[in-house]
Amino acid sequence: MVANGPMLRLLPRLDDDVRFFWTSGEDGVLRFLHCNDCGFFIHPPGPVCPRCLSRNVAPQAVSGRAHVETFTVNYQQWIPGSDPYIIAWVSIDEQPDVRLTTNLVDVEPEDVRIGMPVRVLFEHVDDVWLPLFTPVEEAS
Amino acid sequence: MSPRPTEEPLERRAIISGIGQSDVGRRLGRSDLDLTVDAALAAIADAGLTRDDIDGLSTYPGMGAGTPGFGGPPSPEVQDALGLSLNWHDGGGEGPAQMRAVMAASLAVAAGLAKNVLVYRTVTEGSAQGTGGRQPMGGTGSSGSVPRFGSFMQWSLPYGAVSAANWIAMVGQRRVHEFGLTREQLGQIAINGRRNAALNPKAVYTDPMSMDDYLAARIITTPLCLYDCDAPCDGSTAVIVSHRDLADDLDHPAVHINALGTALRGRPSWDQFDDMTTMAARDAAASMWERTDLTPADVDTAQLYDGFSVLTIVWLEAMGFCGRGESGPFIEGGANIARDGVLPLNTAGGQLSGGRLHGFSLIHEACVQLRGEGGERQVVRAGGRNPEVAAVANGGGPIAGTMLLTRGIR
Repeated sequence: MVANGPMLRLLPRLDDDVRFFWTSGEDGVLRFLHCNDCGFFIHPPGPVCPRCLSRNVAPQAVSGRAHVETFTVNYQQWIPGSDPYIIAWVSIDEQPDVRLTTNLVDVEPEDVRIGMPVRVLFEHVDDVWLPLFTPVEEAS
Repeated sequence: MSPRPTEEPLERRAIISGIGQSDVGRRLGRSDLDLTVDAALAAIADAGLTRDDIDGLSTYPGMGAGTPGFGGPPSPEVQDALGLSLNWHDGGGEGPAQMRAVMAASLAVAAGLAKNVLVYRTVTEGSAQGTGGRQPMGGTGSSGSVPRFGSFMQWSLPYGAVSAANWIAMVGQRRVHEFGLTREQLGQIAINGRRNAALNPKAVYTDPMSMDDYLAARIITTPLCLYDCDAPCDGSTAVIVSHRDLADDLDHPAVHINALGTALRGRPSWDQFDDMTTMAARDAAASMWERTDLTPADVDTAQLYDGFSVLTIVWLEAMGFCGRGESGPFIEGGANIARDGVLPLNTAGGQLSGGRLHGFSLIHEACVQLRGEGGERQVVRAGGRNPEVAAVANGGGPIAGTMLLTRGIR
């Protein structure tokens, strides 16, 4: 059975510093805070670039391509009624030291492997667009 | 890298002069303050002191921190309950893991702010979670009644990554990928703990556990099964941190603090830390060895955090007891970490079988072993001597602290 996510989505609070991230998927595009001076992607978002300390930072679109760094298949009923779901840390292709905790979806748990290329898709819940990831073909 | 001290590290002025522990159980039905008083009075008496000698107080984390039963009583409640008059006091949840309270006390003693500090860690998570087990996340109401989350939890909760078990499982899976870690290797941490817990009257789980039992346990979050995860319990552990001038007045060997490990050189985050197989344990352990002439080969017993079994194998490597990626083969079969092995590990059962006393039971057991008071579970090293050097580690992921303890000053 392909995995999706937990039965219930516990949602983030859309505070000013993170609203852009959690609503970015409205137009189908993943965005991260980006330093316009040194080019560093900053995640989680903060008031300054931690690499060069510039305050010239703004959200910037990325490709949505990433790789699976590691994962776990959760069976425990923390959220009652959930089928087994896959939690993963994925690294974004533009800057692999930026990782997201996410769910891998539309995939059989036994087919997941570390290093697998994945692409973003979004699950819209209330006022939040949650970035999820699904495998892409190696050749694409 | 941290500066190598050019003079004696100041923590070496401190000793652990007394230890005490309340009753420990899955659900005792007693208040956190009540249990803390038991542990505190036992520790004060063990140090040969009276409450009038206690002029410092410290705890982790206190002040309503965390989920119900997690934080323990705030230090002002303990001060008031025991009628203490203090020259120094402290509490909090931020720092080098649970033992940060002991570290702060040792530095206060070294600085002359206090002479004898009562340090405690109390949990009543067993009672707080009740007989029905942990409350489900998100409640049972409609989505409109579910709270929203900010801070670091917002990055994991939406994905059902609600427990440290999930985050640590991903460290474990990365180790399966990079180092070929097997469930049979990982199982030795739980089995070793259970074997030692059988000789600890306060341990919460003492029934024998075989490898078959371990492998048959239900999976929580791959690759972790039920026995890779510790259990909430009730109990309080206290230690007295004193100036080493008190050492000769004790009726038992003084436990000297030789070095503290406090570094956090990577990003303070589960999912952003540079090395997914080690995390902050790497930095805390490295900074401890930078402050001492002792080496991993000098360690007679290790009490390494086992809230989850994966954390213990991370610590084995971080502390230098085996090479990077070699902890799986090191623990395979269990002989190396048994009480008569090269590195007697978690000799009171750790947390997996001893109960989640949250770091402090490991500190307590290091002192028991260095003092030669382990009874049936006492480690005896080659040549018939009791342990002289013990390593203690607390924490996991981006939270880590370590201490090197010695019998006599080294």
